[in-house]
Amino acid sequence: MSAALAPAHESGVVEAILAARAANEPLLIQGRGTKAGMLRPVQAARGLSTRNLTDVSLYSPQELIISAGAGITIPDLEAKLAEGGQGIIAEPPDLSALLGTEGVQTLGGVVATNLSGPRRVAWGAMRDHVMGVRAVNGAGEVIRSGGRVLKNVTGLDLCKLLTGSYGTLAVLTEVTLKVLPRAELTGSLLLPGLDAVQGVAALSAALGSPYGVSGAAWLPADAAERVPELAGRGAVAVVRIEDFARSVEYRLGRLTTDLAVFGTPVLLDDGASRAAWRAIRDAMPLRAEPGDAVWRVSVRPSNGPAAITALEATGARCFLDWGGGLVWIAGPPALHDSVMATALAGRGTWTVLRAPEPMRAAVDVIPAEAPALARITRRVKAAMDPSGILNPGRLYAGV
Amino acid sequence: MIAQPPPKADIIARRPEIIAGLRALVPASGLISEELRLKPYETDGLPAYRQIPLAVVLPETTEQVAAVLAFCHKNGVRVVPRGAGTSLSGGALPMADSVVIGLMRMNRILDIDYGDRCATVQAGVTNIGITNAVSAEGFFYAPDPSSQLACMIGGNVGMNSGGAHCLKYGVTANNLLGLKIVTMEGDVLDIGGAHLDAAGYDWLGLMTGSEGMLAMVTEVTVRILRAPEGARAMLVAFDANETAGRAVDAIIGSGIIPVALEFMDRPAIHACEAFAHAGYPLDAEALLIIEVEGSVAEQDDLLGRIAALCEPFHPISLRVSQSAEESIAIWKGRKGAFGAVGRISPDYLCMDGTIPTGQLPFVLRRIGEMSDAYGLKVANIFHAGDGNLHPLIMFDANLAGNFEHAEAFGADILKLCVEVGGCLTGEHGVGVEKRELMRVQFTDIELDQQRRIKSAFDPDWLLNPSKVFPLVDMPVTAMPGTAMPVAA
Repeated sequence: MSAALAPAHESGVVEAILAARAANEPLLIQGRGTKAGMLRPVQAARGLSTRNLTDVSLYSPQELIISAGAGITIPDLEAKLAEGGQGIIAEPPDLSALLGTEGVQTLGGVVATNLSGPRRVAWGAMRDHVMGVRAVNGAGEVIRSGGRVLKNVTGLDLCKLLTGSYGTLAVLTEVTLKVLPRAELTGSLLLPGLDAVQGVAALSAALGSPYGVSGAAWLPADAAERVPELAGRGAVAVVRIEDFARSVEYRLGRLTTDLAVFGTPVLLDDGASRAAWRAIRDAMPLRAEPGDAVWRVSVRPSNGPAAITALEATGARCFLDWGGGLVWIAGPPALHDSVMATALAGRGTWTVLRAPEPMRAAVDVIPAEAPALARITRRVKAAMDPSGILNPGRLYAGV
Repeated sequence: MIAQPPPKADIIARRPEIIAGLRALVPASGLISEELRLKPYETDGLPAYRQIPLAVVLPETTEQVAAVLAFCHKNGVRVVPRGAGTSLSGGALPMADSVVIGLMRMNRILDIDYGDRCATVQAGVTNIGITNAVSAEGFFYAPDPSSQLACMIGGNVGMNSGGAHCLKYGVTANNLLGLKIVTMEGDVLDIGGAHLDAAGYDWLGLMTGSEGMLAMVTEVTVRILRAPEGARAMLVAFDANETAGRAVDAIIGSGIIPVALEFMDRPAIHACEAFAHAGYPLDAEALLIIEVEGSVAEQDDLLGRIAALCEPFHPISLRVSQSAEESIAIWKGRKGAFGAVGRISPDYLCMDGTIPTGQLPFVLRRIGEMSDAYGLKVANIFHAGDGNLHPLIMFDANLAGNFEHAEAFGADILKLCVEVGGCLTGEHGVGVEKRELMRVQFTDIELDQQRRIKSAFDPDWLLNPSKVFPLVDMPVTAMPGTAMPVAA
């Protein structure tokens, strides 16, 4: 593959796509390429990167809105938001350690993969906070959807369609996000010694309380050992509150009482809580050996314990986030069939985050769609990328 | 006035045959074909526009919906989905050659799971019906449009309905987990489920707010939330819109996100007070209703902080509710705003633009100037936290030309919303009402892109085809082998 194009303006993205279309040559669409190892590999003549589209064109803290080029790095975006005391709501993970990639991820990359962290269980996914996009479709046309306001039902919501579409429908050039104030204080409760079933029951009780829990994870002993703040207590359930300081203290107190049936909780202070949840966010509890594959499985939360039990029996290493609804899995690539079966049994979905390239090219990296839906997928792909040049095959073979 | 596409002559000619075909697909009482009984379906919450449909079917199961859609697809019959018919944008307005599929008989709650915090209901369950089903356990369904007593969750999905509490809890799209949909071809598909993140394209997000143009929704899985310990409102009155706007900025800028932050201008205050006797100050130019949640101590803390933040803007009155009853009275005025305006004017049009919140004073000043120029009164209510503006334009339909005058005023307001960086509709949808204005917000290329996505779901343009997109003749690249709508 020849060197990636990395235009500094949207017009350059348009030109690159028009040229690729004229030559009928597929493009590998990327930000900084930190997620290249996720899902299926792309066979492309050339790369097109948005890494140089980094301008913040609008930041209005009072309106809870920021618009930035797709290539801005997440740390740069967070730094800009910190000026207004705000942050990205969905808490996107930095998976570079897990994926073994160098460099920092971009806003476009996080949006294109709809990558959300622990706060997703309470405050929604990345896709819930994408208020507007500018993008270039596969015909080289600039398409805007949404805008810079928080409530908008004007026309089809292409913000949602493009978020999580892995660059297969259009190249994001600018994203407008809803943002929120950073919490004054964070605190967590740790419930040691619970098995997966008891642990998820405790998380469910916490999430079903009126106290605004914003993180709920369960880690088996070996996973907890990898996070200093959680280590030394065996398996742990951990729940988080983020709010004004007075509320955090009050709510942690109430939860301690309400969760007494699950044992006596250990309190994590602000610093320990932030460190522990950063580790959970970035999947640090997951031990992935060099040859291992890594999956995320999303199931009904109460199906999380059965999923983890079934997978551990095959030799996989796992932990649960999102109140039991997100199963992080690492293990030999040969476990893929077990992962698929477990996801289907839990009436959920799987995503291959990391695996040897031949495997990623050969297996269903996400669930295949029902035939009638797969037809719609192909037609929507054709409606946005008529020549099929944008990240072909990234999600499904032949699409 | 808004045009409708010409009916297909062959469909009108084949009406008896089509009705006989539909009769075989639904229970006898679920097919309506007599003109007198079709009459209630001729309009929705935008009653200025009326059209008796070819027929109405009221299916009771997803399988019946699938059979009806497959039949209509095979016969080239246009379909208009309908929930409770509360659309304020004419989203359920029939066409003369269309079959209306009404979902009101699909009103069962199928599953409630408090542990997993979700509920699955048929599309004809009312918005409030979901909350009522889970409130005994302390849970609720968050989006709360003003029409929540009547409107159905299937329609909420179609219009991505919001409400007064979106600032904290989001709109319909943010509170959905799964859908059961039926395509125009009659295929039944499950989108999402009870899990949080689906893989593949975000069909759930694309369906939400698609105004019944992509597929019909028959079942909905929603997130249910545990209700907060309590909630309390405060009223803060100012002597100028600009001052109220600056106070809103100060509150949000401080890091406090109230659960609701509602703004009313002077005409709205007067109309609502006359209706609800909520104790709104009649000497104010602008009134904020601010609601916070939590324990009593947390409420006190937040309301105290907000009062302190408002102080530099010299509110002419500031009243913190002392009880749940007082909070209900404060909300009664705001929630009754439409009825209140209905009492002081023979007719009114409810507009629904969104603006960047910082533009509020400028927009209200411009609306005031337009109100003078048009000679029509307007009351403004505004979800100040999220920028969603509802001007209520008062007119008298019995005066010749007055309705058209009001419509033109409304269109000018929506154009202004787009000019200042906002959009045509925050939560009511485009429907037929704002169809021709879409070109103010979007380029032809962008509209063409949206049309091609519509074609991907419904290649023959049979599902709610006269909504959302301008009917004007414009170049559209059809998908291979697909037909595009004919210009009116």
